[in-house]
Formats: sequence, C-alpha cells, structure tokens
Amino acid sequence: MDFTLKVWRQAGPKARGSFETYKASGVSADMSFLEVLDVVNEDLIEKGTEPIAFEHDCREGICGSCGVMINGQAHGPNERTATCQLHMRTFKDGDTITVEPWRAAAFPILRDLVVNRSALDRIIEAGGFISVNTGSAVEANMIPIPKVVSDAAMDAAECIGCGACVAACPNGAAQLFTSAKIQHLNLLPQGQSERWQRTEAMVDKMEEYFGGCTNHGECQFACPKGISIDFIAYMNRDYLKSKVTNRKLGGQGFAT
Amino acid sequence: MELNAHVPAGPIQEQWESDQFNMKLVSPANKRRFEVIVVGSGLAGASAAASLAELGYHVTVFSYHDSPRRAHSIAAQGGINAAKNYQNDGDSVYRLFYDTVKGGDFRSRESNVYRLASLSVNIIDQCVAQGVPFAREYGGMLENRSFGGVQVSRTFYARGQTGQQLLLGAYSALMRQVGLGAVTLVPRTEMLDLVVVDGRAAGVVVRDLTTGEVYSKSAHAVILATGGYGNVYYLSTNAKKSNVTAAWRAHKRGAAFANACYTQIHPTCIPASGEHQSKLTLMSESLRNDGRIWVPKDANDARPAHEIPEADRDYYLERQYPSFGNLVPRDVASRAAKRQVDSGRGVGPLKNGVFLDFAEAIGRLGRSEIQERYGNLFEMYDRISGEDPYGTPMRIYPATHYTMGGLWVDYHLMSTVPGCFVGGEANFSDHGANRLGASALMQGLADGYFVLPYTVGDYLAGLLGQKAVPETHEAFKNAEREVSDQTKRFLGTNGKHSVDHFHRELGAIVWDQIGMERTRSGLEQALRDIPALKADFDRDVRVLGTADGLNSSLEDAGRVADFFELAELLARDALHREESCGGHFRVEHQTPDGEADRDDENFAYVGAWEWKGTGTPQTLHKEQLTFDYVHPAQRSYK
Repeated sequence: MDFTLKVWRQAGPKARGSFETYKASGVSADMSFLEVLDVVNEDLIEKGTEPIAFEHDCREGICGSCGVMINGQAHGPNERTATCQLHMRTFKDGDTITVEPWRAAAFPILRDLVVNRSALDRIIEAGGFISVNTGSAVEANMIPIPKVVSDAAMDAAECIGCGACVAACPNGAAQLFTSAKIQHLNLLPQGQSERWQRTEAMVDKMEEYFGGCTNHGECQFACPKGISIDFIAYMNRDYLKSKVTNRKLGGQGFAT
Repeated sequence: MELNAHVPAGPIQEQWESDQFNMKLVSPANKRRFEVIVVGSGLAGASAAASLAELGYHVTVFSYHDSPRRAHSIAAQGGINAAKNYQNDGDSVYRLFYDTVKGGDFRSRESNVYRLASLSVNIIDQCVAQGVPFAREYGGMLENRSFGGVQVSRTFYARGQTGQQLLLGAYSALMRQVGLGAVTLVPRTEMLDLVVVDGRAAGVVVRDLTTGEVYSKSAHAVILATGGYGNVYYLSTNAKKSNVTAAWRAHKRGAAFANACYTQIHPTCIPASGEHQSKLTLMSESLRNDGRIWVPKDANDARPAHEIPEADRDYYLERQYPSFGNLVPRDVASRAAKRQVDSGRGVGPLKNGVFLDFAEAIGRLGRSEIQERYGNLFEMYDRISGEDPYGTPMRIYPATHYTMGGLWVDYHLMSTVPGCFVGGEANFSDHGANRLGASALMQGLADGYFVLPYTVGDYLAGLLGQKAVPETHEAFKNAEREVSDQTKRFLGTNGKHSVDHFHRELGAIVWDQIGMERTRSGLEQALRDIPALKADFDRDVRVLGTADGLNSSLEDAGRVADFFELAELLARDALHREESCGGHFRVEHQTPDGEADRDDENFAYVGAWEWKGTGTPQTLHKEQLTFDYVHPAQRSYK
C-alpha cells in the first residue's frame, strides 16, 4: 500500500508550525500506524531531515503515551483503539492521511506531534488517591466488595490517561478523564472517607486547566478504552453534593 | 571487589524479622534531613518513593516519561502472586517460596526468595486499600487464578490489566506525596550517570529531555528502579524506550552486574508479521489456563485450523508433560515451541508460530465466560492480527520478555556501590535463572513498599549529621562533562545509518546467538560480531538535530551504545556458564530427552561481573549459593 501523509511539524514550543507532506510506500496492511511513522522517519534520516517527533512507548495500547489526531479524529477512525493499535488495514491504498498533535489549550505543543499533558497529573495530585500509608492496610478480604461494584470501578479505572478525550472535545474539557478517576475511587468502599473532598478538589483543579463540558459526547467515542460519559454524570452529582457535604463536615469541626 | 550478601543468621523464617529489629532507625525529626533519589517510576520506583516520602524522607523522582504512570510496569497483564491461600488449596508462604526457588532452577538466593514470599500477602492488602479493583467472586471476596509452573491458584488479577492497576495504585500514592511536597517529581528527565564520591553513591547526572540541559542532583542515597534490558534483542515485549542505560552507567561506576545471561523468553507472544516489526506483543500467560497449544502433525498440512481433525493435531505440551500440560514454566514452553517451528511445523503465513486454541474451552465454559476472563486480550489480538480468536486459534511464538539478570544486590538490595540501591527488574535478586509468571509485579512491589523503606533507612542512619555532597564537587562536574561529550560525539559523527538500523542489527545477533538456545561457537561468534558492529556504530551512526531540545534519536543513541556493551557481557556470561538452567540453555548441556542439564557442583553461584574499563573484559566474582531448605533436583514437569 502507498500513502501520502500530511504531518504537523513544529520545531519547538514557541516555533511556528506547518504541515509537511511525506510519501509512505510499500506499506503492509499488517503494519501499525506508528510503524508507518517509523518508516517515514528512517527515510527522513537517510535524506538528512530531522525525523518526526512523536510519543510512543508500550505500543500495546496501555501506556497512554501515543496519541495523535488522524484525519481530525483522536487516535484515528477505529473505536476503542489507541494510535499504536491502529493498523493500516483500516485505510485504503492511496489514502492521504493528516496527522496532527492533540489540540488543546491545556496541552501545549513541545515539538511536532508531542504535547505536554502534565495538567492531567496535577488533577491526580489534587485528590486522585486513597490516603493509606504503606503498612496501614487491613487484611484484603476484610473489605468485601460486590462484584458489580468492583467491575464498575474497573470500567472507570481502565483509563490510560492518553488525553484523547480532551483532544476530541470542542471545549478542550477533561471531564471524562477526571470523572473516570473520581468514580473509580468513589465507587469503592475504601474510597468513601475522602469521597467529597476528593471530588471537589479534583474538579476544581481540572477547571484551572481545562474547558467546560457541554455534553457533546465526542470524548467517549475517542476514548481507546470506551469509558462511558455516564461517569461524568456521576461526577457532577458528587460534585454538587460535595459542595454541601464538605461544608457540613467542616461545620462539625472536621477538617475538609 | 567482595560480594557479601549480608544474609542475616538464623532460620529462614525469622531472618527478615530479626534483620528489621537489628536495623538502625532514623528519628522522625532527622528523616527530613535526608535526600533520596529514585530513578524510575514503575512499580518498584513509585512504591519506594511514595513509602519513603510517607516516612518523612525528602525524595526526588526522575522519570524519562511525561508522567510516572507510563512506566512499563503498566503493560503487565496476567497478575500478581500472593500466598494468601484464599482458595484453601494448600498454598502457603513456604510453598510460594519453594515454587519460586524451584521455578528459578536453583539459581536464586533462598533468603531473598523467602522474604519475597512472606511479603506477598502484605502487598495484596496494601493494593486493595489503595483501591486496586482486583477481580472478585460474586460474594465480594477476591478471586484467584492459576499460572504456569505451579499447582495452586494464587494469582490475583484485574482483568488483563493487572500491571496497569497496580501501577496506578503506586502512582496515586506517589502523586499524593507530590501534592504534599514530600516528593519532587522530575518527569521527562533521563539519568545518564551515577556519581560516586569517596566510595559512596553521591547523586546522579541527568539530562532534561525537553531542554537538553545536563545537570546534577546530589543525595544521601540513590535507588535505581529502571527495569530490565530485554530491548537488547531489539524485538521484545518491552516498551520501545525501555533500556539499560541507568543500570549500565552505575555498572561502569562500580556496581557489579550479575547473571546477565538469564533472560526470559515468554512463550505466548504474537509472532512477527514482517520486516517492519517494531516490537512484539505479549498475550498473557494466563491464556494457557484455558487455551490448548498444538501444531499440525504434518508439516505440509495447509488446511485452516478448524478443518484439521483432532487425529491430525499434536498437542505437544500435553503429550510431553502430562502432569503440567499447557502450564509448564515459561522456559520449557518456549523451547518446545521453538523446536516445533524449527522442525517446519510452524503455523501462519510465515510458519513462525504455534496455535493456542480456545475451541474446547469455549465449548466447555461458553463464550461469555471466556470473554469475561480474557475479553480484552482477545480484542487486542484481533486488532493486531486481524483475526478473531473466538473463531480461529491464536498464533503465538516466544519473544524476549523479562531479564532475571541485573545489578547485583545484597539482602538489603544495595549494590556493590554503597548507597546505590536497586529495586525491581533492574536487580538480579529473586528469580534465579527463570521467573515464574505473576512474580515480577510481586517482586517490584515487595522491593518498593516493604524492603527498601527499611533498608535505605538503615543505611541513612549511618550518615546522620552528614550533608549530601554538593553538586559543585568535581566528581559531578566531570560526570556532566562526560555526558555532554558523548552527546556531542553522537551529533558530530554524521554517518550514514540511523540508530534504529544499528539496534536492529545488534538485536539480530543477540537473538540468533544468545536467544533461546546457545552454543559455544555461536557465543564466540557473537563476541566477535558485537564489537565489530559497535565499531561501525561509532563510525557510521547518523544523529540529526541538536542537543538543546527534544531529540529522540539522540536519546536512543546513548541507549543503544550501552546495549552494545551489555550484549558483550551477555555473551561472555552465557559462554562461561557451562550448564543449562532456566532461561539459559546451552545446547552442549542437555539431558538425553532434551531438558536443561544443570551443573550444581560447578555453577551453583551468582556470576557478578566487575567493570574494568572500556575495551577490557569484565572480571567475574562468584557468590556461592547454598540451598538449606529447597534441595536442588532436576526440575520435572512431566
């Protein structure tokens, strides 16, 4: 197969970027999208042009490093598929494919297709944890958890933190990411003590960096793990409740 | 160099407890005066950093990823072992210890393994408390499954993403400490040298991968949790960036490197589909619980799998190993698959795999149960190969997956450089010559949550009142200069071939000569070919761009340069070990029926190599292994 790639090139965070056109020929249908970028890069190095910078690591769809806009869609056309798991059999021979970095105010471009997603870490830092120091855990089977609850928590916990939801959202919102983390912990019995503080802290931190949600629903279709926007509804409910509950806890003399 | 494992005296069941009691403590007020560096943010690194920070030490974490959560522990699929005996099937700490020593083919240190087995139960408690959503029974209790090489069900799992969930647990604990100011997190920064002053680890030299700035950070102790070196084979199941650089540079500063030749080839990976292949993908070993492995009896059988009748199939593992069947340990399963493919009975378009068939299990348990157990793995397989494993058997073939070798450490996980500790896959410690499935996660977390927080404290107690060596010390300045010089050299070579080109060529040599089966002549050939290719690399590599910004070719160049040196050690270690054990199979040393022929009389030791300078072979030091509890026997899974 032969493809024409239009790739966003940008030398640095402050440099001006533009699209460059490259040919990828002799591509096998079994190649992954990133392997095509590898081949293009080998060609570029041969010709003395700096290779395209892109994020990647595990190439198994789990580390969340990779992620580019492919023909305007985060991670490309296939549902529940990260860029590294997208294979060229998805495309037609001769296609022109446009490749861009995630576009969001909270994700500044570092170079070419690489963006800075550390704002997501800031949200986790604000409350995406259960405060349990090493050594203070109780015996694991002392906390029975109904299978349905555990499964629902796992559905949320599967998030790989790639940022596709933000890139797909016209508002650059991180509601899907944030709600997945909040609900993973809020659903579990272990997560109850900090439920309301967690929700308020993480949502407030999210709003420092990201846009607001207007229910477009693009995020759940872009999500390589198929995380449902239902979690956003749960998060909104908990956020609203947290505004009351946290004050009430505060009024009883508990630190919030 | 002297190797003293510092194993505590007394019965093995009491060693860790008495050791903990004998360790010096640091008072809470003094803890905050100590600086600890953790390099790497996988299971071992993140858990150690979080736990040390909880204790009150100030910790700096360096990671070359954009976020600690991307470390390659995230990709572990199958599960984590623990001797909880929730299934009432006869498991115990002692049995987990026994299985691990036996599975490691009697090449691990008994005391370390016993400690690992006893800490395994605490890990599960800790992870559940953090909110790790392990699989559960309908009654709400934790569920287990069995894994290769054992006959009890002791593996805890979270769908096929156990590594991800455990890492997110450790990452959340780490981020909590970042938020509290106890951990300084430095992402997108790669360690490029260990600095040793007066015989102690004094800090590290790092490069900021976005700005290119090379700088030093000093500390009272350094923990390396930087993973394994499987990418020396180029094609492996490791993430693309996984590398040996941090460990290797510590080796060049005096840390002995042990058992390099113990590399694990995982039996169930998706076979390569062509020349372009950039990495291989693992299919969790747990699939062997329900999948049956077979090849057609006739090498020329061109029928599709489902048309081949039972009588024309060879379920070779079930035939050769009736008691363990498809659940034989990884090394045994891998070699058996290689022999089938080598004999021409391989399947698939390139005849480079064997079938892993679920038809029988789907018939017995139903499609929905199989989907519940392995759904995400099946989807992953479908996405990569374009084939639906519910209808067509999977094709699998072994690939490099894990490295048991690594930096030598004593019972306290301290390397031969005082103050430089090593955790997780980066050390050589607990798996001997072969790691059992679901034991890597266990070891990484045992090291990080429950061993290093104690042993690092014991070391630091001896440094009370001392300030960390200032970063202006000439040892730091010299190391920074060496790092910058190497960078300039790469950028100035301006040869013809990319870094990746050389990495592929190196990988081909290592896979062919130091892969699943090794011979004396092949290893000697490798020892000639690797330096020759390295000379080409030095002369002819092309690294474009500059040093003062994001430049992944430049990062790769440094990593591949280190892989060259490591590959030589790998060959040398494999050549000197005139026996077969675990992941190290020397064709000259096999039993009449083709099993590994171990030589306990002459080789029951850890081979730790001391760096002697570029161009000079390392010298070998031996740590003799004694087996007071599990008596060496030939492993038999028949």
